[in-house]
Amino acid sequence: MDKSVPSLAEAVAGIGDGAVVMIGGFGGSGSPIELIHALIDRHTATGHPTGLTVINNNAGNGHVGLAALIEQGMVAKLICSFPRSADPVVFTQKYLAGEIELELVPQGTLAERIRAGGAGIPAFYTPTSFGTDLAKGKPVAEFEGRPYVQERWLKADFALVKAHLGDRLGNLTYNKAARNFGPLMCMAAATTIVQVSRLVEPGAIDPEQVITPGIFVTSVVEVPHPAQEEELNRAGAIYPEPAP
Amino acid sequence: MTDRLTPTQIAWRAAQDIADGAYVNLGIGFPEMVARFQPPGRAAIFHTENGILGFGEAPPPGQEDWDLINAGKKAVTLKPGTAFFHHADSFAMVRGGHLDVAILGAYEVAETGDLANWSTGPKGVPAVGGAMDLVHGAKRVAVITEHVTRDGKPKLVERCTLPLTGVGCVTRVYTSLAVIDIEHGHFVLREKLPALSLDALQSLTGARLHFAGPVADLIVPEL
Repeated sequence: MDKSVPSLAEAVAGIGDGAVVMIGGFGGSGSPIELIHALIDRHTATGHPTGLTVINNNAGNGHVGLAALIEQGMVAKLICSFPRSADPVVFTQKYLAGEIELELVPQGTLAERIRAGGAGIPAFYTPTSFGTDLAKGKPVAEFEGRPYVQERWLKADFALVKAHLGDRLGNLTYNKAARNFGPLMCMAAATTIVQVSRLVEPGAIDPEQVITPGIFVTSVVEVPHPAQEEELNRAGAIYPEPAP
Repeated sequence: MTDRLTPTQIAWRAAQDIADGAYVNLGIGFPEMVARFQPPGRAAIFHTENGILGFGEAPPPGQEDWDLINAGKKAVTLKPGTAFFHHADSFAMVRGGHLDVAILGAYEVAETGDLANWSTGPKGVPAVGGAMDLVHGAKRVAVITEHVTRDGKPKLVERCTLPLTGVGCVTRVYTSLAVIDIEHGHFVLREKLPALSLDALQSLTGARLHFAGPVADLIVPEL
């Protein structure tokens, strides 16, 4: 078995119109910039995919990565906790113009919904959001005298995740706090596509150090020296690069 | 004579109540200052929602590692004993009762312990982040805030008028004028600035102040 694929284009080739796509990262940390840009390249060349539902903690920053995906008009709906950033202009304009739908989810609830999706748990109860606008319409139940809100699992057709080391069986490690949503999203998508800074042979990662076991991963593509969203934004980058 | 504390001084006062070894989450922005004022001999362990326990201070400019950030998306550093974990574990720490203290900002706090700190109304783009999770689970949920808004309206009120972050969740409020506990649906005054009369403090507070024992002087160094 070898889950490695030779190119980013090949890795994202199966993502079709209307797909539900989880994208890893918390702000720029862990954002799979190269996978997102490969999807944009396909859209530039073919007009597809469009009408995506994207699940991410945020809504992009500047004009690269997730923000660029939104700017290209490829995203119909965003499920996130915090659609603000240092430069949230792309999402803000689309949202205020009514061109993108937003489902706002408390951050811990978002994480647990994704975990539940990956773990085969259709619903769970959480204290979070009880008595607030974000609990409207959701069932409430009391446990040990306290009220809890029912939340449902989140699943996706695809997950795009950035990891650090990945072997050909899909076992992964992450870099520092870039781990964030990665292990959860890997579990919750039917097809999980991971970009890794270094592709290694099975055995090169100490089994004690594996964070995401390969069973949750469909394909691995090597992207040495991946871009950091924060650094691209500080350099004023725009994707795709405007014609000179 | 101090007529009100600066935000830095409020943060200092809040820091005095954090025990050595406490696990603490500080909200984004103003509450992050609390970390600067840990009393000598005490070291709290700070949690950040995106998945780090025991992180250190900001690195010098130019030495940032953008995979090593806090919930405010600012660069932080590693310290001996730092741990990384994914988001579901991070919020298990939050909701599961494992944090000792969460310190948050506020638009309004009600005498019931209700907190409004995530939305100023239906205008613009709504964003909640981890605020609604953080108010549940920590053993103490404290708020640090100016006592009144910029235009002089009380931020401590009978009932919140802004969208709620959580119901009955706040246990203590550190303001620019006083330290107030929330007990059984009442604001209980613990400390106030010495120069401030009780009547003056009451007039700046949107709900009745209650008393349980003597009121101490709120004394904070110039910072």
